[in-house]
Amino acid sequence: MKKTKNILFAFLLALIPFMVSAQIDGEFVKARTGTFLLKNATVMTVTNGTLENASVLIKDGMIAGVGTNLSEDGAEVIDLSGMFIYPGMIDGGTSLGAVEVNSVAETVDNREIGNVTPNMQILTTINPNSVAIPVTRVSGVTTVLSKPVGGLFPGTAALINLNGYTPDQMYAGFKGVVMNFPSSARRGRFDRRSDDDIEKAKEKAVKEANDIWENAVNFHQMQSEGAEMQYYPEMEQLAKVVAKELPLLIEVNAASDILNAIDWVEGKDINVIFMGCDEGWRVAEELAESGIPVIAGPVQDLPTRASDRYDAAYANPGKMMKAGVKVAIRTNEVENVRNLPFHAAYAGAYGMGKEEALKAVTIVPAEIFGVADKYGSIEEGKRANLLVSTGDPFETSSDIMHVFIEGYRIPLSNRHIRLYQEFLERDPGLGN
Amino acid sequence: MLGLISLNGLAQAPKGSVLIQNATVITITNGNMEDADVLVEDGIIKKIGQDLRAPNGVEVIDATGKYLMPGIIDAHSHQGLDVVNEASAPITSEVQMKDVVNPTSIGLYRALAGGVTVSHAMHGSANVIGGQNATIKHRWGTINPEDIIMEDAPRTIKFALGENPTRVHGRGNGIQPRTRMGVEAIIRNGFNEALQYKKAWEDYNSNPNGSTNPPRYNERLQTLVDILDGKIIIHCHSYRADEIYMLINVCKEFGVDKLVFQHTNEGFKVAPEIAKYTMGASVFADWWAYKFEVYYSTAYNAAILSRNGAITSINSDSGELIRHLYHEAAKTQRYGDLTDEEALALITINPARQLGIDDKIGSIEEGKHGDLVIFNEHPLSVYAIPQMTFVDGIKYFDINEDADDQRISVSPTEMVEPIYLTEENHRCMQGTIRYYGENLFKHSH
Repeated sequence: MKKTKNILFAFLLALIPFMVSAQIDGEFVKARTGTFLLKNATVMTVTNGTLENASVLIKDGMIAGVGTNLSEDGAEVIDLSGMFIYPGMIDGGTSLGAVEVNSVAETVDNREIGNVTPNMQILTTINPNSVAIPVTRVSGVTTVLSKPVGGLFPGTAALINLNGYTPDQMYAGFKGVVMNFPSSARRGRFDRRSDDDIEKAKEKAVKEANDIWENAVNFHQMQSEGAEMQYYPEMEQLAKVVAKELPLLIEVNAASDILNAIDWVEGKDINVIFMGCDEGWRVAEELAESGIPVIAGPVQDLPTRASDRYDAAYANPGKMMKAGVKVAIRTNEVENVRNLPFHAAYAGAYGMGKEEALKAVTIVPAEIFGVADKYGSIEEGKRANLLVSTGDPFETSSDIMHVFIEGYRIPLSNRHIRLYQEFLERDPGLGN
Repeated sequence: MLGLISLNGLAQAPKGSVLIQNATVITITNGNMEDADVLVEDGIIKKIGQDLRAPNGVEVIDATGKYLMPGIIDAHSHQGLDVVNEASAPITSEVQMKDVVNPTSIGLYRALAGGVTVSHAMHGSANVIGGQNATIKHRWGTINPEDIIMEDAPRTIKFALGENPTRVHGRGNGIQPRTRMGVEAIIRNGFNEALQYKKAWEDYNSNPNGSTNPPRYNERLQTLVDILDGKIIIHCHSYRADEIYMLINVCKEFGVDKLVFQHTNEGFKVAPEIAKYTMGASVFADWWAYKFEVYYSTAYNAAILSRNGAITSINSDSGELIRHLYHEAAKTQRYGDLTDEEALALITINPARQLGIDDKIGSIEEGKHGDLVIFNEHPLSVYAIPQMTFVDGIKYFDINEDADDQRISVSPTEMVEPIYLTEENHRCMQGTIRYYGENLFKHSH
């Protein structure tokens, strides 16, 4: 029960400033900002090694200092003896905030009708009050890429922090247009098309992608030469990719598709990030040579082929990394993005190594998304997104004791925890 | 034909002998033993202790620095089955999963690679009373389905409450049940009809020379009679507390106490009732929100159930999760602070109890089956990797020796090996989509 008490204790601590004014039984605990000095911790900076017995000062939403002799003046001091500070984890691919209950169509907002809808903005549909958000962030995941799914160009993904009351308050400074690269793989066991039909469908889709791309290039050229364009929001959005204002996030998984995608990208002067790459390990050399970064995962996943070694998906990120690919990790989840640390741990155990696995959910995705000046490590001047844990945050036996997002101290509660508090010792118990 | 029959008749599971030395032995029921040896002879654990000697010809495995635990048991799986749902009526108690067992399914090897030696191969959740399940041992390499059926495992049957049967039958077919009221009625009607059927046979048997003809045999009703007679353990797919409570009440009324709840996402709300009146609940570690009836879930479910005294297990219902049930069990330390012993019981002795096989497997004890798994680190560490897995003393998985490609059968009709990017992991509703359209089933548990 030790750890439970710790969690409850942390929860009660968060309550203290409100107790004086609390009039309503069980008043809600809000996230709150301020100046916090996190003292006497082991700081895992990720970019500058490990600092023993160090402190982190949080002020104005920023990490205002990292070191040993930081002033306590005006700061709420939190003693973290025996505990560890890590950067908040970043999930490089989810639909968190855009889907509430997957089987209830009314709550599924990540999948619009149409094959070419790059102008669909996931940020528009992010629900800051999604029940899954507090469930996720108590695990130390502070930032996620939320993305649309569906057709060839299903929409525009956005990086969000898991705190805030409007999508704009949550927005973390990165957007990208998603492309599902035409695939030669089967969609599942129910996909009973012949090999020929699959090949034909893929070729048709590639041709369509090329035609659309040509249009986007022309659209952009005419636009930049000052032509007056008709209202064409799809092309306007794709033109931003052509203009390198937005990167293209290409979901591609089967080995031959990855090679095709590398070819497709070649010669196009655009910024590209690959997502998924389930079979990246088969073409790791080619991927490395392309220089295209990969957001891999889910890691806890089945092999794509019955003949593959059982641990193909676990080992995939490590194999790509060792070949020289820049690899971040994603869950591709909605309600269980909280499992990001476990996906990373599996990548770590199966070849990537713990240290690199930690980077793959912190500084590496921050670099891939171009926000490494703000997120991904414990450094002075970065935004204060961090977690405090009793040990390795990838281990289930460790507890996450504090989470800060943009300098806000996040209450460590959510519906799962509240149900635990209510039902562990139900009253009345048995009987009428 | 004759040859095949006699071969089936003679089929007997192979049993092996092995001595595993110097491991940290996690017995589950009697604590941990440091630097201990376990000797398996002819498939049975003969001795646990220190400095054991291997009889002549018995392989010795040095497990210094490693952890040895009993083979993991999955109380809810669909691996090794060719078909899952007989979705043609709200009650299909006559169908048997042992008729559709496929021992060449690669999912069974992948489960072994995750330390799982026994799984409960279940009928799906399309019907209120579904088919009879098969408890299987993962004896990889055979092509004979009978070889993997666990001998002497009690009969079990699948029940299902809530959204799945009401969608399939109520919304899909326009027949009862469309609501949770209808689900209760289907069960009550079935049980009462079974009682009438039983009485008809009793009447006939008490006076076989009388003038009445024997009642017409009905496998569906006979199976329900066997449930009421306590010969079959009910394993009931369920989510909401109200429907769980309903089935507890119905079973109490009909004198049925062999009842295990499956999934049971809201089991935490009726944990005292589950603890008192049933054989417990088999749950997911953290799955929720994939459908509406699991929206009000908590990852603390297993901890709440355990601490309320309910027999609790953690299952996979998934070809993916079955490969890391030790990690799923470990999540109960993040969500509810279970001890190592409590957490590991969730995937060993507790599912064994729920399947009625705890006298044979589920712990490392002399006299039990030699179903064992060696880990490189403590199995509750997120970095733990299974190294070797044994069933009946025979090694079926070895991380260092096994080839990558473990397929037993390769389809001659597939020119190119298919690539599955969204593997059908979760097959509770498999076999229903083609009848009712994909829109009804965006999820599959």
